[in-house]
Amino acid sequence: MLQHSLIGRLLLNDTGSRVLTFCCIALAVIVPVCNLIIPSDSEFHVSTYSVTLIGKYLCYALLALSVDLVWGYLGILSLGHGAFFALGGYAMGMYLMRQIGDRGVYSNPELPDFMVFLNWSELPWYWQGFDQFPLMLLMVFLAPGILAFVFGWLAFRSRVTGVYLSIITQAMTYALMLAFFQNNFGFGGNNGLTDFKEILGFNLQADNTRNALFIASAAALLLGYAICRFIAQSRLGSLTMAIRDAESRVRFMGYRDEHIKLFIFVISALLAGLAGALYVPQVGIINPSEFAPIRSIEMVIWVAIGGRGTLYGAVLGAFVVNYAKTIFTAWAPEVWLFILGGIFVFVTVFMPKGLVGLYAQLRTRFSRNSSSDKLKRGSTDEK
Amino acid sequence: MRNFALLLILCGSLFSAGLSWSNDIEIKPDTISETIFHDAINGLSSKSFTKKKEYIQAIATSKDSQALVILQQLLDGNIYFLKKTKTIVIAKLDNKNAVIRNAISGTDLGVIAKKRIKKVGINNKLRRQLKVEIAKLSLDSPNKAVRQQAAEEILKDINKSGLQLFTGRLTIEKDDSIVEIMQTGIALYSFKNGSVDEQLSAVKTLSNSLYPEVKNTLSNGLRSITGNPLSTEKQELKHTLEASIEKIDFKLGWYKQLENIFFGVSLGSVLLLAAVGLAITFGVMGVINMAHGEMLMLGAYTTYIIQQIMPNAIAYSPLIAIPIAFVFTALVGVIIERSIIRHLYGRPLETLLATFGISLILQQAVRTIISPQNRAVATPEWMSGSLQINPALALTYNRLYIILFSIAVLIGLMLLLQKTRFGLQVRAVTQNRTMAKAMGIRTDWIDAYTFGLGSGIAGMAGVALSQLTNVGPNLGQAYIIDSFMVVVFGGVGNLWGTFFGAMTLGIANKYLEPMTGAVIAKVVILVFIILFIQKRPRGMFALKGRSAEN
Amino acid sequence: MKSKETILYLNDVSVSFDGFQAINNLSLYVERNELRCVIGPNGAGKTTMMDIITGKTKPDTGEIIFAENINLIGKSEAEIANLGIGRKFQKPTVFEQHTVHENLCLALEGDRSVFANLFHRLKQPQIEKIEQSLEIIGLTNEQYRLAGELSHGQKQWLEIGMLITQNPQVLLVDEPVAGMTYQETEKTAELLQNLARTQSVIVVEHDMEFVRLIANKVTVLHQGQVLAEGPMDSITNNEKVIEVYLGG
Repeated sequence: MLQHSLIGRLLLNDTGSRVLTFCCIALAVIVPVCNLIIPSDSEFHVSTYSVTLIGKYLCYALLALSVDLVWGYLGILSLGHGAFFALGGYAMGMYLMRQIGDRGVYSNPELPDFMVFLNWSELPWYWQGFDQFPLMLLMVFLAPGILAFVFGWLAFRSRVTGVYLSIITQAMTYALMLAFFQNNFGFGGNNGLTDFKEILGFNLQADNTRNALFIASAAALLLGYAICRFIAQSRLGSLTMAIRDAESRVRFMGYRDEHIKLFIFVISALLAGLAGALYVPQVGIINPSEFAPIRSIEMVIWVAIGGRGTLYGAVLGAFVVNYAKTIFTAWAPEVWLFILGGIFVFVTVFMPKGLVGLYAQLRTRFSRNSSSDKLKRGSTDEK
Repeated sequence: MRNFALLLILCGSLFSAGLSWSNDIEIKPDTISETIFHDAINGLSSKSFTKKKEYIQAIATSKDSQALVILQQLLDGNIYFLKKTKTIVIAKLDNKNAVIRNAISGTDLGVIAKKRIKKVGINNKLRRQLKVEIAKLSLDSPNKAVRQQAAEEILKDINKSGLQLFTGRLTIEKDDSIVEIMQTGIALYSFKNGSVDEQLSAVKTLSNSLYPEVKNTLSNGLRSITGNPLSTEKQELKHTLEASIEKIDFKLGWYKQLENIFFGVSLGSVLLLAAVGLAITFGVMGVINMAHGEMLMLGAYTTYIIQQIMPNAIAYSPLIAIPIAFVFTALVGVIIERSIIRHLYGRPLETLLATFGISLILQQAVRTIISPQNRAVATPEWMSGSLQINPALALTYNRLYIILFSIAVLIGLMLLLQKTRFGLQVRAVTQNRTMAKAMGIRTDWIDAYTFGLGSGIAGMAGVALSQLTNVGPNLGQAYIIDSFMVVVFGGVGNLWGTFFGAMTLGIANKYLEPMTGAVIAKVVILVFIILFIQKRPRGMFALKGRSAEN
Repeated sequence: MKSKETILYLNDVSVSFDGFQAINNLSLYVERNELRCVIGPNGAGKTTMMDIITGKTKPDTGEIIFAENINLIGKSEAEIANLGIGRKFQKPTVFEQHTVHENLCLALEGDRSVFANLFHRLKQPQIEKIEQSLEIIGLTNEQYRLAGELSHGQKQWLEIGMLITQNPQVLLVDEPVAGMTYQETEKTAELLQNLARTQSVIVVEHDMEFVRLIANKVTVLHQGQVLAEGPMDSITNNEKVIEVYLGG
């Protein structure tokens, strides 16, 4: 029965979705339990460091979803999604900065430390109201949303596509990076925003807060997945893929392709912004390096290695690549870039459908060899 | 200037080494001036700056042939004295020891421990005095550049003795530009010290001068005109001064514009070199090579490595590096194309990702093999310094040569594309790949060669860049996004588009920089380009018609 | 047949690319429920004419009037399509990663806005319309196959099928039988003739046999202008046309 409800349709009607949903819920239950209840000398104890680390992966996974929505479904290779992520993160960071209050180094109740350091006398207008959680929440979506809307409107209206669009999105995030590096831009310059104390009155260093953020991230990932699935399964999703494959045909059928693209692009930016907002309180810092072009390209490779156009592939890719990054940067940091570069080349040349595609391929081969399994499942896995 | 002095020292020491083997200071009171000269030098070990000032004066006026050398060495901080004997020596220090020679005789005194000698300290006041005295002595130099620099040095701080020097040499000096400096100096002196009438006539000479000190002096003069009501004379002087300053300001403003354009064109030239390869490969293959920046970097490192291998041929290193960098990076480009990009044909976005991976690998390879730190590349003598057009405008040689080089590359490329069979095929593939293939053009080889060519040009651009900035693993990243912008702005498939795009962005950048700061200038330009493609989504010089639609 | 009501009117249209005059003072009337064939040698401006009507190319001068009083100049492709002008490309263009059924579903006439599509559910009349179209184009058995797996001829029909569900008033068809077997060609002719009962159909074609099969009125384009216009018989006997086609 559950299969046919809306939730079932979004989260449970294929293997990938079922595995993803199960893992998300399992993580959200098991990790906090193992961290908070199981004593630290037990083998099953999960350290707070690990909670934060996996929480970070969850945010990256949500970000990867947003990239897959535009790349896998719309065919737009955005090299600027880091900008949306960072803007969401900065909105959250500004709220957290204001929560510090007079506990900063300079004990200024109104101004964050870096403003005092720069001899600013009052809070800039764009910092006003950020001490309010609801306004922050609004800005987490508005800031990336508006940027995506304006940028997308300009780009799609003039039919910038393909490689051109990729380059322009990269220029966008690069320009923002340069701007945010500026001290007088009012976002903490080089150092960004950090030394956060509490969120909604809860101490950010406390295990309970960390686990709550962890659960929120898992929930956000699941919600994001459901939203993406809803779009993908609608006629709009079908149109989106149609635009990817034959844009002019869509246009001559009477659809305003630029509106569809803009809608998807903005939704994707909103998801990326949410991911950024959840990311910042967990890692405790946001700085302009999040805008760096390489960060945005890395996100694309998460999706590529997982398998684009499947959504759960993006989540898988985000986990795999970031876990590998954690391992290798701890073991031999100089090797990591070789590996990352190698992944870029290997995946694009040999694994265009990513791990998900590889799995599907192996399974078909296996089933062909072993038995006459005529029961073909949904075509999604075969593509 | 310094080299000239060193040469003198070398000659001097050879000469005097032949004369005497003695380590002691032998004073042969041949002439009185020589004694004064020697006493003055020995006096330099004094602690008092006032005394030292006198001794420097004495050395300068001694007319001894060694005076210039000693003063220069003193200015450069190479004059020491032995703690024990107070003998003044010229020393060259390394970690622990010092190679010393006698300052007066030039005799080689061998190597001694560093702690046994003490530097003759100078302060800013003495430094200024030294500069002026050296300048005065240099006015007699047979070398024109030395004389000119000397005259300018004196002009900066014109005083009575300077005036005398100028008036004395005005008739002897043959070179017009130096005469002009001297006249400016004389006028400047009379403006500073003369009556109102003298001032008036001096202003007429000075209003043609672009030296900053002239403008300063005139501005000060204007400010110091007081009295209420002003006398008619002063009134006239005030008007003349105002007019002159305005005239100077106008000229300075104009030269400032010229300088901006020069900087803009030179930045544009670098962008052109960096972007043209990108544009060609994009035009022919429809792919963007994200590793293009790393080709720049490899080219720059080629220069560095050549300088390491041949430390004695610094002067020729860029010339040697250009062909080697071209061949090397072109080879790397062809290898990348044949091994990776070939398999991604028709998937431009995947190509973009794969080449980005290559760029990561290349960057890390350089970090691992050479060093993560930046490396300084030496600039050959003939590329350093600047071409002084006038006091307000100096064009640095390295930038001048880079402009010339990029023009040469552009012309070479045009000839290659317009006059050769290869060029014809490249243009054919750019316009219609399927048709070109149908006509028997080996498009896969054209792809490989084009990619190689594009990479090779980037390599040469890297050599040029190494003369402007330090060489590091991130060098390519700094220029690649600007290069993309040039391609987006200028359009592909047309060299003029790239040229136009590069120059526009270069000049715009340099014009905006003083107004907004370098970073905001970049941001403004990026925003401008994003808006620009609204009007022309395929760049300034895009191909038109039905073939360009798909 | 002759209702004498003009549905599409091109008046004095010109366009040039980089100095090349692709369309030169072209004027053309198309009536309601007419099946018009446009022929002409390569470079005569046939495809450019379609580009201009559908809004892909902006003409330098001239006007295009649709349904008596709507000027199409300056309207976007999507707007023109929504007014009721459908187009089939020279190279069959279907959504290869979608099933045949999905292709037809996307083409269905109806609200084209983003949100309508986000919450769209197929209703009974629409399902019937798709089934009907599937039958007309003979792809009922292939409806759940990916469009990319279809044969060339089937893709051509699918594209025509999409135009049927889109239900435009004017249908522009660019070389519908290129690369088809004789049987397929015949079937296509029948299909287009059926369509012309309820819509105006403009067919651009090279294949004179095919044109003879379906046309009641033919327009010959040459160097961006109308060279001749009339029934097929008068065209085949036209001196100028023979000269252009046979290189006299």
